[in-house]
Amino acid sequence: MIDLQQIHKTFGAFTALDHVSLSIPRGRMVALLGPSGSGKTTLLRIIAGLEHADGGIIRLDGQDATDLSARDRRIGFVFQHYALFRHMTVADNVAFGLKVRPRDSRPSKDEIRERVSTLLKLVHLDGLAGRYPTQLSGGQRQRVALARALAVEPRLLLLDEPFGALDAQVRKDLRRWMRRLHDDMGLTSVFVTHDQEEALELADDVVVMSHGRIEQIGTPADIYDNPATPFVYQFLGNATRLAATVQGGTAHLNGWQIPATAPDGAAVAFIRPHDWTLEDAAAGANATLRHASVLGSSLRLDVTLEDGQDIEVDIRRDAGQAVPAAGSALRLTPNRVAVFPATA
Amino acid sequence: MSKRSLRDHSATRLSLVALTVVIVLLFLLLPLAQVLQQAFAKGPAVFWHSLQGEDPLAAIRLTLLVAAISVPLNLVFGLAASWAITKFDFPGKSLLVSLIDLPFSVSPVISGLIYVLLFGAHGFLGPWLIEHNLKIIFAVPGIVLATVFVTFPFVARELIPLMEEQGREEEEAALVLGASGWRTFWSVTLPNVKWALLYGVLLCNARAMGEFGAVSVVSGHVRGLTNTMPLHVEILYNEYDFVGAFAVASVLALLALVTLGIKSAVEWWHRDELAATRRH
Ligand SMILES: Nc1ncnc2c1ncn2[C@@H]1O[C@H](COP(=O)(O)OP(=O)(O)O)[C@@H](O)[C@H]1O
Ligand SMILES: [Mg+2]
Repeated sequence: MIDLQQIHKTFGAFTALDHVSLSIPRGRMVALLGPSGSGKTTLLRIIAGLEHADGGIIRLDGQDATDLSARDRRIGFVFQHYALFRHMTVADNVAFGLKVRPRDSRPSKDEIRERVSTLLKLVHLDGLAGRYPTQLSGGQRQRVALARALAVEPRLLLLDEPFGALDAQVRKDLRRWMRRLHDDMGLTSVFVTHDQEEALELADDVVVMSHGRIEQIGTPADIYDNPATPFVYQFLGNATRLAATVQGGTAHLNGWQIPATAPDGAAVAFIRPHDWTLEDAAAGANATLRHASVLGSSLRLDVTLEDGQDIEVDIRRDAGQAVPAAGSALRLTPNRVAVFPATA
Repeated sequence: MSKRSLRDHSATRLSLVALTVVIVLLFLLLPLAQVLQQAFAKGPAVFWHSLQGEDPLAAIRLTLLVAAISVPLNLVFGLAASWAITKFDFPGKSLLVSLIDLPFSVSPVISGLIYVLLFGAHGFLGPWLIEHNLKIIFAVPGIVLATVFVTFPFVARELIPLMEEQGREEEEAALVLGASGWRTFWSVTLPNVKWALLYGVLLCNARAMGEFGAVSVVSGHVRGLTNTMPLHVEILYNEYDFVGAFAVASVLALLALVTLGIKSAVEWWHRDELAATRRH
């Protein structure tokens, strides 16, 4: 169990982490998701002990580790650019963490060789033990970095943009494999990413960060279904942002009245494209179709609301169903709407 | 068309190679041959004889001694300075970086004079040194100090850009894996810069043996005591003992060739590793 409380970090006048608190239970895979510059790497480095927080407490398995040296934390770190020891072979890279142990806890030479060969098999690199890092592909280097970090049996594995430097196909394969490895080995891991798809697909818990603050923590379903802030809505993408007005607990938007907790005044509403119902326009139209396109089993409608705002609507399409013509009048009702104060 | 541009290419290459060879012959090998020719102008017997005296031998010994002290010192200084500058943040860092270049930006004669002003009989520390019967100027310690000063930048200048480029991540990786700072230095930092370190040391050594200006100011030119090889060459030359001057000069040149030979041998010995770890 890793516990962070009120971690604060500034670089000069710039606040990189603003009182961040986070708990990571054993066995979980957690994604730190946020745009570039949101403080993800800094948080990872503070957990590893490579950077010292200005304030806050770090507890590892119940022990206060705030002032514990990175050396003694037993945390595995896979650097964004892998940071393999360039003058060492793959085998020596993987063996390093074992070789530098103090004499009384250091495995014998044979045991180390055994462990290295097991780990290299695990990451499918047996046969490349004698290569130098420059003689490997990006994906292979990444797996060497992983094997090197796992060699010391870390209580926590940290990965900084582990798939960032790889091309699309390798990336997809590697992340599925990574998830299986996590489960098979019973690891606890935190990985950094700015790719929401990666975070939602891979993680048990997603921590969304922005400007050094945590915007939301939740399971991928939580995060997707109930984004806590406008930022999370926007960062996860796939939601239309609309202007609305709140009065006495009700948001007014294009003639709809939606219950809202935001205070009176200007507000923003987020609606996902698949959260609309298309009704019979005879009951009164409230939108105009600009363009319709068929996307396999769904129909993508580009629509202008009566109040002038543009939205995207995805609805299920039955085979053979007619595609509405551009310019036709529609009657739409939103199923799920999130309303936030406009300033937030 | 592609054939033609290929031919143009090889024509360019050929003329560049030819130019380089001419320059090397004209400015490097010819003077070296000239030194040897002058040294042997009156036959090998005279050559040998002129190296046999007390003074030339003392000059050779002193030069080797000065290099043997100042090169290891500057190896350690240069390595420590580069390590501190590239792997840690501290106030005054940029000042330190520009100070390292100081010996290159002032004339060696001025460097020598600084030591005279500091340690000379009428210098800042002069009276105190005389009181304690310590002799630095016009003695071996002064020559060593001046040489250390003048050759200080060579190692650091080789290492700093390389270590800057390599960054700190490998050291951080070692730390997270449980290595001590000392262990990290020996197993990660040092192996990553060992070739640059070797070149820096070779340059440092060449200059330490060849330095004239700064050493000339602090030496006092006492024959057999404070004359290094370059100083001795000058004295003999001024006395019209050309064979003697060029004989000592050729020994100096030979020492340089030996250093080059050592470098090539080390590189050849480690050729596999060099090929594998050199970036593509
Ligand atoms: N050593 C440093 N010195 C100054 N600013 C830094 C340093 N490290 C990070 N920062 C700043 O902190 C912010 C967060 O950086 P980082 O944690 O790397 O973000 P992320 O990994 O989310 O892209 C960035 O604006 C970055 O410029
Ligand atoms: Mg980052």
